[in-house]
Amino acid sequence: MTTHYLVLSALLFAIGAVGVLLRRNAIVVFMCVELMLNACNLAFVTFARQHGNLDGQLIAFFVMVVAAAEVVIGLAIIVMIFRTRRSASVDDANLLKY
Amino acid sequence: MESPVEIIPHAGGAVGSSWLMIALPLLGAAVLLLGGRRTDRWGHLLGVAMSLGAFAVAVASFVELLGLSPAERRRGIGLFEFIPGMADLGLLIDPLSISFALLITGVGSLIHIYSIGYMSHDHDRRRFFAYLNLFVAAMLLLVLSDNYLGLFIGWEGVGLASYLLIGFWQFKPSAATAAKKAFIVNRVGDFGLLIGIFTIWTTFGSLAFRDLGADVATQASEGTLTAIGLLLLVGACGKSAQLPLQAWLLDAMEGPTPVSALIHAATMVTAGVYLVVRSGAFFEAAPTAQLVVTIVGVATLLAGAIIGCAKDDIKKGLAGSTMSQIGYMMLGAGLGPVGYAFAIGHLITHGFFKANMFLGAGSVMHAMNDEVDMRRYGGLFSVMKITAVTFVIGYLAIIGFPLLSGYYTKEGIIETAMHHNPVLGWLAVLGAGLTGFYMSRMVFMTFFGKKRWADDAHPHESPAVMTWPLIILSIGSIGLGAFLVLGNRFATFLAPAVGAPAELPETHVFGVGPAALATLALVAAGAAFAWMRYGAAEVPAVAPRGSFLTAFARRDLYGDALNESLFMRPGQWLTRLSVFFDNRGIDGLVNGLAAGIGGTSGRLRRVQTGYVRSYALSIFFGAAVVACALLYVGNM
Repeated sequence: MTTHYLVLSALLFAIGAVGVLLRRNAIVVFMCVELMLNACNLAFVTFARQHGNLDGQLIAFFVMVVAAAEVVIGLAIIVMIFRTRRSASVDDANLLKY
Repeated sequence: MESPVEIIPHAGGAVGSSWLMIALPLLGAAVLLLGGRRTDRWGHLLGVAMSLGAFAVAVASFVELLGLSPAERRRGIGLFEFIPGMADLGLLIDPLSISFALLITGVGSLIHIYSIGYMSHDHDRRRFFAYLNLFVAAMLLLVLSDNYLGLFIGWEGVGLASYLLIGFWQFKPSAATAAKKAFIVNRVGDFGLLIGIFTIWTTFGSLAFRDLGADVATQASEGTLTAIGLLLLVGACGKSAQLPLQAWLLDAMEGPTPVSALIHAATMVTAGVYLVVRSGAFFEAAPTAQLVVTIVGVATLLAGAIIGCAKDDIKKGLAGSTMSQIGYMMLGAGLGPVGYAFAIGHLITHGFFKANMFLGAGSVMHAMNDEVDMRRYGGLFSVMKITAVTFVIGYLAIIGFPLLSGYYTKEGIIETAMHHNPVLGWLAVLGAGLTGFYMSRMVFMTFFGKKRWADDAHPHESPAVMTWPLIILSIGSIGLGAFLVLGNRFATFLAPAVGAPAELPETHVFGVGPAALATLALVAAGAAFAWMRYGAAEVPAVAPRGSFLTAFARRDLYGDALNESLFMRPGQWLTRLSVFFDNRGIDGLVNGLAAGIGGTSGRLRRVQTGYVRSYALSIFFGAAVVACALLYVGNM
């Protein structure tokens, strides 16, 4: 029964990963990262249900807390970059290199 | 055959405080070197006082030693534990060491006094006296030490003092080079001595003379004893300028003349003879080593004499003569107990007459604006009578003029050698004839004949502070030989320390044996030939080219050329090879590795593109690889 949830989780994760790798817009990349995190959360909750304990749910809460903190910082950085460079493309922010 | 007597522990009295002999000059050197320019005004007086103080202690110890019966005349004085379980530093006062101590402090003090006058114009006179004092201290440690370790410390100390004094005028490149040459050649000898001492330690487990008496023959094989003897001989050759390590002595004449007199004639260069006699127990048990000692002695006495025949530099002529006379001593020392007394006796009389002549040469140079070329001398007898008369006395002593010092001691060595091995004996007689020639040549060229002075030379007699030492030394040159040799006085005195043969040789006031007469005849012929060439005939002011023999002798028998082609050139090749290997091989490896790493990382850093998506991709792949690996491991 839980297989469907896991398949959905895997699909969501794959969509998120592809988005991170292919999209240039920092906001979209960011959303895709959130999508991957939530795919993981779904997997955790599914396993918690399958095993009949609360460990997975506990971890899911942790992930949410971390994701929330990350959103705050990440969005702030993206806004700052946009203000200074007039662009939200991740390919434009490539000064830190060899 | 009579063996050396036991060493008796001793405390108190003059002998008990004989360490002062070393301490006083050492203190003088320390004060003068550490005190610096502040001690300039009275430095030379302190140096002389310390040397005289050591002489006083030596005389007091000698008198005290004479008061004991001959069987009790070897006194050991413990000073302190030096290396626990290996060697205690102590002194050995016995007839042999006290004879040396008297020579070193006595002649040394005279030369100190002479140097006050000789170095009076040198603004570094204080430093000179500091080094002289350092030398006296080290030399006394060498001869007074009761073990090979202390002897070695003194041995190195005199080497250092010799280096410092040869290079005293270090602003002269020739003096600096000569000092280095002396030091390096001595290092070869010291190396042999060190290995010899190591061998003694591993074989006998002790370095003290007390434990290395006549019974060494029973404790080790003859091969070991021969090896020890030969290694000690290498050390002796280095210090005493014997073949094949003779090359440094002639260059050492770059030092101030009192140094040549004290270190390179009277005392330090005789340390090798001391070593051979002190180690007599090893040599007597190893006839091969003894034979080598005599061969080295004879070869050097001839080589030195031949070199002396061609030198126009008065000091180099005397240096060749020193080599030659030390060759006689080595020959005597290689003949066993019967020769020891003559070797040491000749050493002492030589210390007097050679110091006498060196100081005389210094006095002449002092008068002639430091000119050393005898072809620019001539006719000096009339202007510097004291120097000339004392020099001539020294000259008569060294050529073995009957009844003078050298006659008795050298004749003793020749007779003993003749008795031992006629070939050695006749070669020694030939050497005496050569001595007669080159020393007469020196005297005729310097003091007689026409004046060939440089235009600005105004020779004058030296001050009293320089002539009195000459006079005292010349008295020793006259009477000392007869005093020591007649009636075997010195041989009897030395016997407790070095042993004595079953019966002492007969001594004559005037020997009439074939060897003695042949020696006299050859010396007379040599002197007459010298008179013909350099006394009666005109001496050219510029040296003529001469035959190939003259060139051979002038170039020190090609000793330097030999050393250069045998050691210096191969050494240079070796260093060039090493430099090449270092530059191309080792540096190539290291630099290549660094360049390789640098180049690789220069290419690798291109991976850091700055595109965040490519980083994400590599993280993704990495995570995928880790996940696959975990799955693979989990399924195993």
